[in-house]
Amino acid sequence: MSDGSLLKLKVVELCSFAAGPYCTRLFADFGAEVIKIEQPGVGDQARNRGPFLHDIPDSETSGLFLYLNTDKLGVTLDLETPDGQNIFKRLIADADVLVEDKSPGEMQRLGLDYEVLKQINPALIMTSITPFGQDGPYRNFKAYHLNLCHASGQGYMLPMNSTSFDREPVRGPGFSGEYDGGMSAAVATMGALYWRRHGGTGQHIDVSKQQSTLHLERSQMRRFLDTGKSPNRTGMGRLLESLVQCKDGNYAILILSSQKQWEGLFQAMGQPEWGAREPFNTQAGRSANYAELKEHLAEWARNYTAQEVFDKVQSFKSACAPAYTAEQFFNSPQITAREFLVEVDHPVAGKLKYPGLPYQFSNTPKRMKRHAPLLGQHNEEVFGRLQYTKQDLVRLKQAGVI
Amino acid sequence: MSNQSALKGIRVADFGHVLAGPYSTMLLGAMGAEVIKIETRKRPDEQRVQHGGGASTDYESSSNFFEINLNKLSVSLDLSTEKGRDLARRIVSVSDLVMENMRPGVMDKLGLGYKDLVKVKPDIIMLSLSGFGATGPYRGYTAYAPCFSCFGGQAHLTGYADAEPNTLTSSCDSRAGTAGTFALLMALNIREQTGQGQYIDLSSSEALNALVGDQMMDFSMNQRSPTRDGNHDAIMAPHNCYRCKGNDRWISIAVATEEEWQGLCKAMGSPEWAKADAFSTPLSRWQNQDRLDFLIQEWTLNHGHYELMELLQGVGVAAMPSFKAKDLFSDPHLVSRGGIAEMQHPRLGTRKAITPPWKLSETPAGIMRTAPLLGEHNQYVLCDLLGMSRQELAQLIEEKIVY
Repeated sequence: MSDGSLLKLKVVELCSFAAGPYCTRLFADFGAEVIKIEQPGVGDQARNRGPFLHDIPDSETSGLFLYLNTDKLGVTLDLETPDGQNIFKRLIADADVLVEDKSPGEMQRLGLDYEVLKQINPALIMTSITPFGQDGPYRNFKAYHLNLCHASGQGYMLPMNSTSFDREPVRGPGFSGEYDGGMSAAVATMGALYWRRHGGTGQHIDVSKQQSTLHLERSQMRRFLDTGKSPNRTGMGRLLESLVQCKDGNYAILILSSQKQWEGLFQAMGQPEWGAREPFNTQAGRSANYAELKEHLAEWARNYTAQEVFDKVQSFKSACAPAYTAEQFFNSPQITAREFLVEVDHPVAGKLKYPGLPYQFSNTPKRMKRHAPLLGQHNEEVFGRLQYTKQDLVRLKQAGVI
Repeated sequence: MSNQSALKGIRVADFGHVLAGPYSTMLLGAMGAEVIKIETRKRPDEQRVQHGGGASTDYESSSNFFEINLNKLSVSLDLSTEKGRDLARRIVSVSDLVMENMRPGVMDKLGLGYKDLVKVKPDIIMLSLSGFGATGPYRGYTAYAPCFSCFGGQAHLTGYADAEPNTLTSSCDSRAGTAGTFALLMALNIREQTGQGQYIDLSSSEALNALVGDQMMDFSMNQRSPTRDGNHDAIMAPHNCYRCKGNDRWISIAVATEEEWQGLCKAMGSPEWAKADAFSTPLSRWQNQDRLDFLIQEWTLNHGHYELMELLQGVGVAAMPSFKAKDLFSDPHLVSRGGIAEMQHPRLGTRKAITPPWKLSETPAGIMRTAPLLGEHNQYVLCDLLGMSRQELAQLIEEKIVY
């Protein structure tokens, strides 16, 4: 099928680590041209983060970097230099979207803030992603992924199956606060792009990572408004679900949130005698005797593997799932059938399977993914288009600008 | 600043229920799309009625429903009737986007599948949001958020190293929903170029897995499955949540650089123990982090969480309290950014609500309207939009098609 079904969009990315790169990767997945700018000789911080191929640290084989930067063009540019700033402005003149993650005020210090860039390109959509947004008392606060998770209110509720307050609240999986920020920035940017295509103009979008995760937790947060009590990590001592450990040591989740869910589960368990009588035969009774119910469920689950529990419960139309490790996920027949994992060939890391796109579009065919750029890999191609000669590039390189 | 909305003129037919689906369309509404929720009291959205202890008969006072159905209109149609389904198709015929998160195959059975809807609106964009996707051996399987986080590999990565996996919160629904919003907007922008709509099949489990994609790369590269480790990090230390003065009060502290470590030591009053060889390099700090965590907590125990935040941020150390909901609704930073709004609801009264996480300079997003009562906008949708007479509407109500 022709390239006409892909997104025509030119994006400049001035970001590091996970949030900004994830945002632009989502555009690149659909064919947007993303020019990723990295610091000469240094590169994106993600390059220094594992996992590394065969555990050998190499700035070209970071799993984090490779995953987040597929399908992008990579250039190096030192924005502290006047030449670097000029080149940046020329890239912006021709771009639809700029995604940047500098601390508030940093772009202004470089003379590259929205007010300046808007003069060069009034149609520009500039998306700024920072831990706490561009204004407000915490705007200059520092936050890594751990701090984001806790500052958003999510951390305080985890792990949600705690039985007491003795241990510390914990963070979400991986770099979740970063991904949340990148995802929400991508949504806002797509909205702004639609408006621009419908007679609107460019604009500046200010995205707070803290608020991105907070917004995702609104359904939990509102419990404070209802009861005056903040939801906390002991919040799962009630009838919604139960995690059970199975015969093979693996875990599975059972859903108990409604009578209908219970009925399927009851059938799947072979209609055990205890489940047919009080108090376990009503939702209210199960709720009041939740701890005992959990024991019954755990006892049943110990006779089967997690996969068997999954298949049994699902065959009676109730919700259930095994808690997969990376390996189990990679080997799941569902994941294989949907071809979610895609092979990407990289000049240094070689051929590897990467998690792909979680959505399949009927009229926008899946494409082969291009590998993440080597540091400065596309300098000649991208700067060449701006009419810099090969000799100019040699000079810029020697001056450390690119 | 203009008072325009980015998605003004876009109409969404929303067949969503529970959380992930409704969340995805609420975000579209926050940018100005007109979202029409199609529901019925015959089989009300679980979110209107289900509570831990049972089902309520009151459909209008669920705060959980309110939270994820802001910015929407509601039309009540019984889709088990042919006339109800026909009206739903007519709504689709004047819409741009369709979102549904029923079990795969249900919309087809109702005659509301993509192949049916494309007949009434050739460039329709339809999103099906499901637990495991609309294809593959588990396509018929059903799932709630804890299932996505389990299947998608997130639960295994969350919790204490010595305890069971954790399924996180309902935010896993919202995360899958946000991926859905993005997909719809991407398809809308592609439609602008091609004039063509499409069908989008989204797997919530895959959407959650994509958010830990880097962790998956460890298996791909080294045949190793990473596991949960509390607050700890693969390379940074200290990197934990420390108890503070007060009732279950905690501060998260993360140190990446030597400069930050020095800042932390200074804030702690340069204690002797911090000069020990065991803590002199990033590697030794990482190797001895259990002891380090204990010693840091000895210090944090004597201080308040806000006090520590100000003190540590002042010396360039990333430190944020583990905020409770109570803190956030009155947090000076969030309040000053407009992160919390006040809303009215006919049954819930005046309520605070969290606003969208983006500030758009020319097309401000926000909470445009309160959550709808069931069928509150029947007249607008059926008469004003579809051109039905009041009499016809009364007849349909009588027949319990509009129900």
